[in-house]
Amino acid sequence: MPIAIDDVRHIAALARLAISDERAAATMGELNTILSHMDALSAVDTAGVEAAIGVGARGTPVRADSGPPIPLAIGFDAFAPSYRDGFLLVPRLASHESTESE
Amino acid sequence: MSGASPSVARLRDDVMGGRCTPSDSVHAAIARANAVGAGRAGLNIFASFDHDAAREQGKAVREQLNEAEPGLMVGVPVVLKDNIATLSLPTTCASRILAGYVSPYEATVTRKLREAGAIILGKTNMDEFAMGSSTEHSAYGPTLNPLAPDRVPGGSSGGSAAAVAAGIVPVALGSDTGGSVRQPASFCGIVGVKPTFGRVSRFGLVAYASSLDQVGVLGATVDDAARGLECVSGHDWLDSTSTELAVPEFHCAAQASMAGLVVGRPKEYFPTSLDPRIRAHCDRALDRMRALGAEIRDVSLPHTELAVPAYYIIAPAEASSNLARFDGVRYGLRVAGHGLQGMYENTRSAGFGPEVTRRILLGTYVLSAGYYDAYYRKAQQVRTLIAGDFSKVFASGVHVLFTPTAPSTAFRLGEISDPYEMYMSDIFTVTANLAGVPAMSIPIGRIDGLPVGGQLMAGHFDEMTMFRSAYALEAALGAEALA
Repeated sequence: MPIAIDDVRHIAALARLAISDERAAATMGELNTILSHMDALSAVDTAGVEAAIGVGARGTPVRADSGPPIPLAIGFDAFAPSYRDGFLLVPRLASHESTESE
Repeated sequence: MSGASPSVARLRDDVMGGRCTPSDSVHAAIARANAVGAGRAGLNIFASFDHDAAREQGKAVREQLNEAEPGLMVGVPVVLKDNIATLSLPTTCASRILAGYVSPYEATVTRKLREAGAIILGKTNMDEFAMGSSTEHSAYGPTLNPLAPDRVPGGSSGGSAAAVAAGIVPVALGSDTGGSVRQPASFCGIVGVKPTFGRVSRFGLVAYASSLDQVGVLGATVDDAARGLECVSGHDWLDSTSTELAVPEFHCAAQASMAGLVVGRPKEYFPTSLDPRIRAHCDRALDRMRALGAEIRDVSLPHTELAVPAYYIIAPAEASSNLARFDGVRYGLRVAGHGLQGMYENTRSAGFGPEVTRRILLGTYVLSAGYYDAYYRKAQQVRTLIAGDFSKVFASGVHVLFTPTAPSTAFRLGEISDPYEMYMSDIFTVTANLAGVPAMSIPIGRIDGLPVGGQLMAGHFDEMTMFRSAYALEAALGAEALA
């Protein structure tokens, strides 16, 4: 079933991408062309075929959720403009209302 | 190309033997880069470089010469694709959204190269987030093919391939999600290797499609690529998909012959529509392997024609998830907008180029409610069938498969504008990623001066047999690979 312009707007919103009306129309055409080639898959009989979630020839080894830390070249406090009490402080969004506590 | 870099083995021997210093090696590589016009106004090979830092690395490597077991890459200048994390240079994936981003940690492959004595000369241009087959989709502009500057070097590891083809370095790292090391190797007349999924750690490789991504190696010769892969392979605690299997000495495969090997010729890779000149070069390569004692056997991988549709559902689906992290909060670019959603949307729309945007939208669509089973789940099932084709062929006694690497030679800049036509450039390479098997491209001839690559594929973790075949074929073809 072809993608409609509203579908493009919907998936753009899901993907958090702003898209103009002009661009949405062009994208609709592009995606429909690409997906028309994908329709070849629908003709394949896959009854009883397991869906591959990866190709690890020996599987992904299960290991304990522990181990050495990621070797960072700089400390956590260098990741944000400000760091306080173990928390990273990120820039305030202009649209956020200020609160009394701050 | 005249003035090309000495080989990995030669450089290491010269440095170890005191015939040149690591600093000499760095100076020579920088001089070669300048001589070929590797900069932005020329071939546009580099995303970033720091010659002073490279010179300092050269001095530091001198101290390794006195160690009991000096590394495999002592004194060898290398370049890395710009999606591999480094501490000393930005890691931008050739995207505006990561402009100027410097990683706080380095990739395991970067660390392994440094510890082996390699000197990192710079980061190379690429298709944005490794999405492309021509290195035209880059925030830095396109890289030009050193052998024909009006043509693309292939992609997405086009900068790394061009750096090797231009003779600046003997070996480079790229990444291969659907052919992004092998296709540019084919277009640039060099060797490109995608190892088995799990052979090389991906810690510090910026994710595009996690079930398909592998770090790959580009080399001027089979030996350069073998030594490069040997250096970066092995288990890594920081990547749970990396194997604990021991790493063979790939460069020792040069000692073996092809006698007794069974080479499969899958008929689906030689369709009637294949360029007859590419077919002729492949036939010649198969003749050379037969003369070396190999048995050539016609085989079938019946689900091959479904590989591109399956790949271009699975890879964009994974990309749409992996690239969700680039939202203006945690990395790089931030563009103000109305509220949090507005900031996300403005940042991502300004930061991502058209091809990345297209694939994110495609991936979001095939994962969305109502379409998941029809597209994504179906593609995963087809992937099982494609992987099964390979398992059956290798279980039947075939040791390696031989195919063309790409359906064409390097095309002109701007020649392909239709997205699906560009996707079809990967028709012979995506299958190895879907099945997780190792594959490599080596030069087998030229058409009108443009290189043609032949692809060798082997069973999981059987890179040794693949290299054994590649060494033998490279030697047998000799100068024919340039004709």
